[in-house]
Amino acid sequence: MLILVFKIVLIAVILGLSLLIAMYATLVERKFAGFIQDRLGPDRAGKWGILQPVADGVKLFFKEEYMPNAADKFLYILGPSLTMLVALLTSAVIPWGGSVTLAGKEYTLQVASSSVDILYIFAVVSMGVYGIMIGGWASNNKYALMGAVRASSQMISYELAMGLSMASVILMSGSLSMHDIVAHQQSHLWNIVYQPLAFIIFFTCALAETNRAPFDLPECEAELIGGYHTEYSAMKLGFYLFAEYINMFVSSAIMSTLFFGGYTLPFADKLHLAPNLITLLGTAFLFVKIFLFMLLFMWVRWTLPRFRYDQLMKLGWTILLPLALLNLIITGVITLL
Amino acid sequence: MSLTNRTKVVSQKRMSFLERLYLPAIFVGMGITLKHTFMKKATIRYPEVKRPFSDIYRGRHVLKRDEQGRERCTACGLCALACPAEAITMISAERKPGEEHLYREEKYAIVYEINMLRCIYCGLCESACPKEAIFLTQKIVDSEYHREGFIYGKDKLLEPVDKDKRIDVSKRQTPEVLNFKKLPNEKHNI
Repeated sequence: MLILVFKIVLIAVILGLSLLIAMYATLVERKFAGFIQDRLGPDRAGKWGILQPVADGVKLFFKEEYMPNAADKFLYILGPSLTMLVALLTSAVIPWGGSVTLAGKEYTLQVASSSVDILYIFAVVSMGVYGIMIGGWASNNKYALMGAVRASSQMISYELAMGLSMASVILMSGSLSMHDIVAHQQSHLWNIVYQPLAFIIFFTCALAETNRAPFDLPECEAELIGGYHTEYSAMKLGFYLFAEYINMFVSSAIMSTLFFGGYTLPFADKLHLAPNLITLLGTAFLFVKIFLFMLLFMWVRWTLPRFRYDQLMKLGWTILLPLALLNLIITGVITLL
Repeated sequence: MSLTNRTKVVSQKRMSFLERLYLPAIFVGMGITLKHTFMKKATIRYPEVKRPFSDIYRGRHVLKRDEQGRERCTACGLCALACPAEAITMISAERKPGEEHLYREEKYAIVYEINMLRCIYCGLCESACPKEAIFLTQKIVDSEYHREGFIYGKDKLLEPVDKDKRIDVSKRQTPEVLNFKKLPNEKHNI
């Protein structure tokens, strides 16, 4: 019974945190973009524009809900909902920290732990493209359809390389469970030390999976007028845009967990602190890493121009995929020896 | 023979392996953006901070009063004639006995309107005026919700009678203007 209460509280906290972080990521992104371009970014709503996300949210709520006449009503609404749902689902298996002891009982800071965490992540992340595809298809607009087609082909091309780069990490720890991967990094060094190539491939693919520049072809404003969300307005558009930031948050969490030691605190056993405190510090450390990754995502976005479609395909199939395969083979040989 | 010295010979040399990796170039690019993050920002936070204007900036107009607080404009219509955008309209009226403290000349503008949307802020009205009555200022025309609001009448154009609230245009009065005022038959303009 107590475990149920704990899990529900944990789910609520993680849901709230993901939404809050995604909300403020929009502000940070606009600020950072401003700084990069020698501007200040939004600074009118509250001090340093701290209320800007609230203002944006309110604006989206009060916008006119427009639906194209020829749109498929059911799918049109399903699209953004599915995107949002899938974006939120992934965070279920990420271990946010070690275990806390409350009233003599031990709880792990993970909503659902299974032995196939990574498979679950893959399954759910691949579903993410459905929301975009369905939305683009249901809009009955050629730009939206182009965006949807691009999204799906991009997803197929990059999922492979992503999976293979992840497979080499799995080979190292010999387990699909996120907890085991983190534990392996605690006893050894962080995976980034052993698998720098896998990390670069994974990061590139994560950019593509979250549809962020330089791989934001499904929604490129210049060619496709917003791509799959051309016909969307008000909060449905908000869902799409919001889901992008949640995806970014979750991808950052996965990268920190797989390659950068997750919630493990280096030299934790030398600190002589209460176990609960160490767990909390570890969680804080994880969040620091997540925020740094999110900043990196933004930094890349405002530095690199968008790839051309054929360049994107070429990069995915002829460079990343062979490299990931090679990396996997080398890792396999070394683990075997 | 080349017409300019800016011609560049274009070469299509193959990229080296390092260049084809893209990663070094990406890191250089990210270094540039990071450098810009900490550079001085070009933004001026407008309503709080204002960019310094030139002394002779040509902004919205003011109708000047003379030392005794009388309107200088005599409704001669030269400004309207000079205006290339035809933004100025006026209706003249005759000064009645007892109004000498209001209008300096015997004829004055009972209606004086400038359409701020038509005005191109060239300042020709300023130079056309023989009475030193109209000047452009450093003030900016405020935004409005409706077009009608941009037709400025005397209520908006005329400077206040109060000596402290007068709008200073001394910096706009060029030597030519000042010399002109010294002419024997223009003494009244001072």
